[in-house]
Amino acid sequence: MKGLLSRLLGQPWVGSFLAAGLVWLLAVVFAGGHGGGEILSSALAFATFTVIVGLGQMMVITTGPGNVDLSIPATMTLSGVIAMKLMDTESALILVGIAAAMGASFLVGVANYGLIRLLRIPPIIATLSSSFLVLSTAISIGRGLRIKPPAPLADFATARAFGVPFAAIAVAALAAIIGLTLKHTIYGRTVAAIGQNERAAWLAGLDVRRTRFATYVLSAMLAGLCGVLQSGFSGGSALNMGDDFLLASIAVVVIGGTSVAGGRGNVPGIWGAALFMYLLVTMLNIFGASPGVRLVMTGLIIIAVIAVAGSENPRRA
Amino acid sequence: MTNPRLLRAALPFLTLAFVLTATFYVQPRTMSYFGLNLMLQYAVPIALATIAQMFIITVNDLDLSIGPFVGLVGVIAATVLNSNPVLGASALMACVLAYGVVGALIHVRNLPSIVVTLGLSFVWLGIAVMMLPSPGGKAPAVLKAIMTVQTPYVPFPILAAVAIGLVVHLALMTTSFGVVARGAGGNPKALDRAGWSMLGTKVVMYMLAGLFGLLAGLALLGLTTSADAHVADRYTLYSIAGVILGGGEFIGGRINPIGAVAGALTLALAGAFLIFLRISPDWQIGAQGAVLIIVLALRALAGSREKSS
Repeated sequence: MKGLLSRLLGQPWVGSFLAAGLVWLLAVVFAGGHGGGEILSSALAFATFTVIVGLGQMMVITTGPGNVDLSIPATMTLSGVIAMKLMDTESALILVGIAAAMGASFLVGVANYGLIRLLRIPPIIATLSSSFLVLSTAISIGRGLRIKPPAPLADFATARAFGVPFAAIAVAALAAIIGLTLKHTIYGRTVAAIGQNERAAWLAGLDVRRTRFATYVLSAMLAGLCGVLQSGFSGGSALNMGDDFLLASIAVVVIGGTSVAGGRGNVPGIWGAALFMYLLVTMLNIFGASPGVRLVMTGLIIIAVIAVAGSENPRRA
Repeated sequence: MTNPRLLRAALPFLTLAFVLTATFYVQPRTMSYFGLNLMLQYAVPIALATIAQMFIITVNDLDLSIGPFVGLVGVIAATVLNSNPVLGASALMACVLAYGVVGALIHVRNLPSIVVTLGLSFVWLGIAVMMLPSPGGKAPAVLKAIMTVQTPYVPFPILAAVAIGLVVHLALMTTSFGVVARGAGGNPKALDRAGWSMLGTKVVMYMLAGLFGLLAGLALLGLTTSADAHVADRYTLYSIAGVILGGGEFIGGRINPIGAVAGALTLALAGAFLIFLRISPDWQIGAQGAVLIIVLALRALAGSREKSS
C-alpha cells in the first residue's frame, strides 16, 4: 500500500492535480463554502477546450527540442469560422461543416510540416509564418461576422449530466486514446524516440519523417476540433477565439509534467494542468483581483512551475 | 555563377530594395523627403525591437515577450515618468534588470526560453494593464520632439536606422565581447571550457535586449503620443520576422545586425506597400506571412547552393 502511494506520488502528473485541488479548496473556502460543485463543473467545461489543443501540442513538443506548434490559435479560428459559415445555423449541415473544418485543419498541418521539411526552418518560425496566412484566410472568410451555431451542436457543446459536461467525457475518452497511442503503438513510441534522440531513432530505422508529419497534422486537426467545439459552446466563432490558447496549450503541457526537452509525453497531467489554470483564474476572480493582477499571476505561476520542474539536467553553475 | 554566400548576405538588402522600388512604382509620390519620412517613421521602433530580439537569438534563445515589454515601457513613460521622473526612470531601469534576471534564470536552470518568455509576456502585459487599464497617458515632450525632428536632406528614420545598425554592428561584429557573445550561440561548451562565463554573457545579452526594448518603447511612444498596454503586441512577431528577414539564423549565433535593421525597414515598408496596392486589410497579416515564407524559401535555395558549391 505504501509502495503504491509513493509510486503514485512519483508520477509527474500528480502535482498538477494536487495544485488544482488546492486552488479549488482555497476558492471554495473564500466563497464561504458555497458553490464548490458549480465551480468544478464549469472548470471541467472550460478545461476541456484547453485539453484538446494541449494534447496536440504535447505530441508536437514530445518530438524534441524546438518543436512547438504556434499555429494552434489561427487554426482554431479558421476551423471555427469555416464550420459556422458552412453550417449557417442549419442542423442538417452540421456534418458538412465539421468535415470542411477538419479538412482545412488537415491542410494547415500538411502546410506546417511542408514548410519545416522543404525550407528546413525551425518549427517555431514555420508555424508562426503559416499562422499569419491561416489567420488572414479566417478573417477573409469570416468577415468579422458572428454566425450562431446550429442548435444541436450548441446543445452538445454545452450539455451536462450531473454537472459533468458531455464534451468533457468525450475529450476524456479522446485523451485516453491518445495516451494509449503514445504508450503502446509504434507511432507513439516513435514520437518519444525521436524526442529523445532523433538521429538514433533514424539510425534504428524508424520513419522519422512520416512520424513528424503525422504529429503536426494531428496537432492541427485537434486545434480544428477545438475550434468547432468552442464555436458551438460560446455561441459562434470569433476572430480572436484562439488568442488565449497559445499560452494555454504550451502551459498545460509544461505544467502537466511533459518533458519540454522532448521524449517524454504525459496525458493525465494535461487534464490536471488545464483544471489548475482555470481554477486559478476563478480563485483570483473570487478574491476580486483585477484583470492585470490575473495576467501577472498567470505569467508568474507558469515561470515558477517551469523553473521548479525545469529540465532534467540543469546546467551545473 | 554568383557567390552563394555573397548572395545570402545581400538577400536582406535586395529584399528591401525590391520592396522600396515596388512602392515607388505603385505610388511615385512616396519618392520624396516627406513620403519616406511618413512611410518609415514606425520603422525606428520596429528596428529597435528587432535588434533586441537579435541579442536573444544570438545566444540561441527566443523572446516571445518583447512586444508586451515595449507596450509596458510606453505605459510607464506616459504615466509615471511624467509625474515623477525619478521613480519613472528607476522603474524603467528595473525592467531592464528584470531582463537580466530572466536571462540568468534561463541559463542556470537550462530552461526553454519560449516557455519562460511566454509567461513573462503575461507579466509585462498584466503590469501595463494595472498601470493603465484603458489607453491614455501623455508622451514626454522630449520624446515627441526627437521622433518628429526634421533632419536636413535625409529623413530622420533613415538616419536613425543606419545609426542603430552601425552601432550594433560595431559592438557585436568587431569587439571581443561580440565574438564571445556570438560564440555563446555557436558553441557554448567550447567557450565555457576556454574560461568565459556563459552566465555573464547571457545576462549581458538579455539586458541589452531589455535596453533596446526600452528604446523601442520610448520611440514608439514618441510617435503615438499616448500609451496603450496592447499597442505593441504585434512587435513580438515583427521582431522575429525582422531578424529572419535580415539573414539571422535561429541557432549558432549567426546574426547580421545591419541586415536585421534592413529587415525591420522591409517590414515597415511592406505595410505601406500593401496599402498602396489596395490589398484588402484582411490579407495584410497573411501577406506578411507570405513575404516571410518567400524570403525563407529563397534563402533555403541559396543555402543548398552554398552547401553544394
